[in-house]
Amino acid sequence: MVECMVSGRDYDVIVVGGGHAGCEAAMAAARMGLSTALFTLNMDNIAQMSCNPAIGGLAKGHLVREIDAIGGMMSVCADMTGIQFKTLNGSKGPAVWSLRCQSDKAAYKVLVRRFLEGQSGLDIRQSEIISLLVDGGSVVGVVDFLGVEYKAGAVVLTVGTFMNGLVHVGDKSYSAGRSGDFASVGLSESLVRLGFNVGRFKTGTPPRIDGGSIDFSVTEVQNGDDTPEMFSIISSGPTLRQVPCYKTYTNNRTHDLIRVNIDRSPLYAGKIKGVGPRYCPSIEDKVVRFPEKENHQVFLEPEGLETDEYYVNGISTSLPYDVQVGIVNSIRGLETALITRPGYAVEYDYCNPVQLKPSLETKLYYGLFMAGQINGTSGYEEAAAQGLIAGINAAKYVKRQEPLVLRRNEAYIGVLIDDLVTRGTVEPYRMFTSRAECRLYLRQDNVEERLSLYGVETGLLSGERRAACERVMRDMVEVENFLAASKTAAGDWPPGVPLIKILKRPEVTIQNILDKYPLNFAPDVKALRKIEIKVKYEGYVSRQMDEVDRLASIDKKLINEDIDYKCLDGLSIEVRHKLEAVRPRTVGQASRIPGVTPAAISYILVMLEKRKRSVH
Amino acid sequence: MRLHDDTIAAISTPPGEGAIGIVRISGNLSLSILRSIFRNPSGGSRTDFASHLLCYGRIVTDDNLPIDEVLAVYMKAPRTYTREDVVEIHCHGGTASVREILQAVVHAGARPAEPGEFTLRAFLNGRIDLTQSEAVMDVIGAKTKRSLLCAARQLGGGLGRRITEMRERLIRLLAHLEAWIDFPEDDIPAFDLDVFRTGASAIADEAANLLATWEGGRALREGISVAIAGRPNVGKSSLLNLLLAEERAIVTDIPGTTRDTIEETLSIDGLPVRLIDTAGIREAGDMAEAEGIRRSRAAMDQAEIVILVLDGSEPLHASDMELASETAQRKSLLVINKSDLPGAWTAGDAGLSGRAVINLSARTGEGVQALMEAISALAVRDPASTEGIVITRLRHKTALEGAVLAINRFLALLEAGEPPELLSLDLRDALACMDEILGVTAVDDILDVIFSDFCIGK
Repeated sequence: MVECMVSGRDYDVIVVGGGHAGCEAAMAAARMGLSTALFTLNMDNIAQMSCNPAIGGLAKGHLVREIDAIGGMMSVCADMTGIQFKTLNGSKGPAVWSLRCQSDKAAYKVLVRRFLEGQSGLDIRQSEIISLLVDGGSVVGVVDFLGVEYKAGAVVLTVGTFMNGLVHVGDKSYSAGRSGDFASVGLSESLVRLGFNVGRFKTGTPPRIDGGSIDFSVTEVQNGDDTPEMFSIISSGPTLRQVPCYKTYTNNRTHDLIRVNIDRSPLYAGKIKGVGPRYCPSIEDKVVRFPEKENHQVFLEPEGLETDEYYVNGISTSLPYDVQVGIVNSIRGLETALITRPGYAVEYDYCNPVQLKPSLETKLYYGLFMAGQINGTSGYEEAAAQGLIAGINAAKYVKRQEPLVLRRNEAYIGVLIDDLVTRGTVEPYRMFTSRAECRLYLRQDNVEERLSLYGVETGLLSGERRAACERVMRDMVEVENFLAASKTAAGDWPPGVPLIKILKRPEVTIQNILDKYPLNFAPDVKALRKIEIKVKYEGYVSRQMDEVDRLASIDKKLINEDIDYKCLDGLSIEVRHKLEAVRPRTVGQASRIPGVTPAAISYILVMLEKRKRSVH
Repeated sequence: MRLHDDTIAAISTPPGEGAIGIVRISGNLSLSILRSIFRNPSGGSRTDFASHLLCYGRIVTDDNLPIDEVLAVYMKAPRTYTREDVVEIHCHGGTASVREILQAVVHAGARPAEPGEFTLRAFLNGRIDLTQSEAVMDVIGAKTKRSLLCAARQLGGGLGRRITEMRERLIRLLAHLEAWIDFPEDDIPAFDLDVFRTGASAIADEAANLLATWEGGRALREGISVAIAGRPNVGKSSLLNLLLAEERAIVTDIPGTTRDTIEETLSIDGLPVRLIDTAGIREAGDMAEAEGIRRSRAAMDQAEIVILVLDGSEPLHASDMELASETAQRKSLLVINKSDLPGAWTAGDAGLSGRAVINLSARTGEGVQALMEAISALAVRDPASTEGIVITRLRHKTALEGAVLAINRFLALLEAGEPPELLSLDLRDALACMDEILGVTAVDDILDVIFSDFCIGK
């Protein structure tokens, strides 16, 4: 162990957990110049994709694009290991276009680990952290299972589903972080002792099967896009071989089998106490809740190029192994399929996220940050986004800088974190576009305009990626200036009209215009795309911007940190409890807490003003 | 969310019949609202309003119809009560003008103020001191504690249920759109234009029906004016006294807007009724018939409902018939008085058989109950489609109007084939309007419906 003699500190930042949140956090802190350690239970499973072999999708693709603009690594790694790329919602408007890729899981984790290992100032260490070192109101380090203490300026917990993880398959259950990995048993108790409110969630996965035993000829082939989009601004196209997915369906035999065996499901037998996500129900849930449906879709997704395993998306289950075999073999194309790994449900502890500040630092202890599933979220992308922000803010904390807090009106990441720390969550939280008030503005195409300044400020957006970003944004400005300054001559369009106004017409593309009114330089095609979407959407976006401005104005009104809600007897007891639990930083945040009425907000405004005056 | 940075308006004189009424506006839009509804005596618009100077002119409706003569004053921030731009419009007293002016102001972009909101702003903007602020805290504090209860009471009966039910249908449509956006690969029923068209139109129609009850609802809230008309000596004073004796709820006895009339307020079935009498109590026995008719017309001009009193015991005068024909097209009741005496004519004889007629004896009191029921029925006419639910608060009306507008915009975009994320904007606006009435927020409700209605989850 390398002792840092001067500060008495082993590391500036310690990250506990090597999943998608932990990797982003550790990388961000190290790249911001801090000595960083990433502790993991198993070095071979860093950046493991524990569930489906895909990154992105609705709202999640937006998160990955945002991570790219700030300088995180998920976007680049997903591009380099993607084996199928597809833009979802292509038939709808650009605000809800969302990129998803199928990933080669093994390639992904190898690539991430290689990046981490290549990062100077970052140590990867295998050990189980079982408690935190606390000094007064601050967390100052961690203790591992051997009793070794590691001192740090800040600690980021990104422990995923590992805290008291309990895996269920039928009536069998055993302690595990996920199938094949040990659970972490000490840490949760340590957090409870420190005063944290810990709850229990559940999630699940479907069985994996051997591709050699699938009859693909009776399934529907699902290919990716011919000219795929990429997550990162520096990626020009896929690097790995592109492969299809396949689609098949359950049928009445599947459903009958499930109904007959429903009492053997740990969920229905009442064995599972944790709350599961409604958007990701098990196949037994779907059959019970929608009895009228005669079939459910099943997607067969390759786990990678170097393996023949397939992920059976759509039949997540914790039914016993023999029932899983029956379910799989009842499905068309899978009649003789071999289950390589059975599906399972996993229950785990999470920390109620209203105990966090918008910086993802805990309210209870300085220097302790949390990101990912420990905050009650689900999904690789949600985890990575929080990990990036927690890593940045742990680094800023050590450097004594103001934290980076993204607002709801500038990023999905802002919506994600504000929802968590303000509203908490009653089920594993997943991002949806419908959660964003400013959906038309928070698009995949404009992440650079929205967020690259934060990447530049933190130094995470650097080198080639920063250059690409700046080139595209510079081209945008030049082309926009050209379109605004140039007017139509006689021809198809009315003469004397600025070209930018012509572009607003639904039938006109930017290429139509540039064909007739050529530029004297060759701009980046991404710049042209950005302008086209921006101009065509402007009218609608400006309507939504009124809402954006409203949000911004109340979010600027800060609430004093030492306010005692118990003394505000003008508020109902219920509202006082809610405010006390969340302790909002701004009036805007207070207004978003469920059950806090407009009248209560008026009361708080009056109280703040009164305080301000009595101080003066 | 109330931000205290929009523009608010309220009637700032006490309810009832003062000599003048004042509508006060505060916020950034104050001056532009005044400009849009104020006209010079010549009829032209006026853009220059010097601060703190009274201007004489009139206020007009959206359709440029005059509402009342007024004195208006624009007061530029910060030398105002709220330290924001403030406009005050001084008009004639009497509920009708002030409330119509308030309505015009709201149409032009203001929001009806919550109780105590002007004072709240005065405090937030540093205008009033701590002791004064205590009073504000009390108002708001009390409101917070009781808000749920109040909202429940206000929305008690059918309105809350009706709005909740409309809101649920709206959420169902929205959830379908949102599911279609957020779960493109899940098994969501295909987008069916007809479902959205009929679903949204039905909600808009229902909101429009509720809005149509505003006039009747207003009567419930502010009272309805009833003129007792008729030539001298038909028994108007006895009828007035009878009605008042029946209720014993005299609230005011003040001169009306013309010197020839007075008003008495009574309550019929909880409905405030302002009886406009032709100063008949003081009617001299020898008053010329022509003068009596003139006074009756003055009273009729001010009233929403006319009770024309006729003497059933002696033949009709020509002036009786004149008044009867003048009231034929209005909300009116014909009272044939002196039913205790032998009748000299019947409604059929007089060609009045199509009219609402009540036979009554002011002397014995016979028929007075029927008269009161008839007044009440005329005042609050319940359109059958709303099952007796009426809109009584301007806040509710404004919100419902917003919902109807938003749904109409949605329908237009729908027909134009716009994508769901744009359609969702207007449905969300409509939902926000309903949420405003109910004091709730919707994000989680939309998700709840998505997950309960659709089989989500690859």
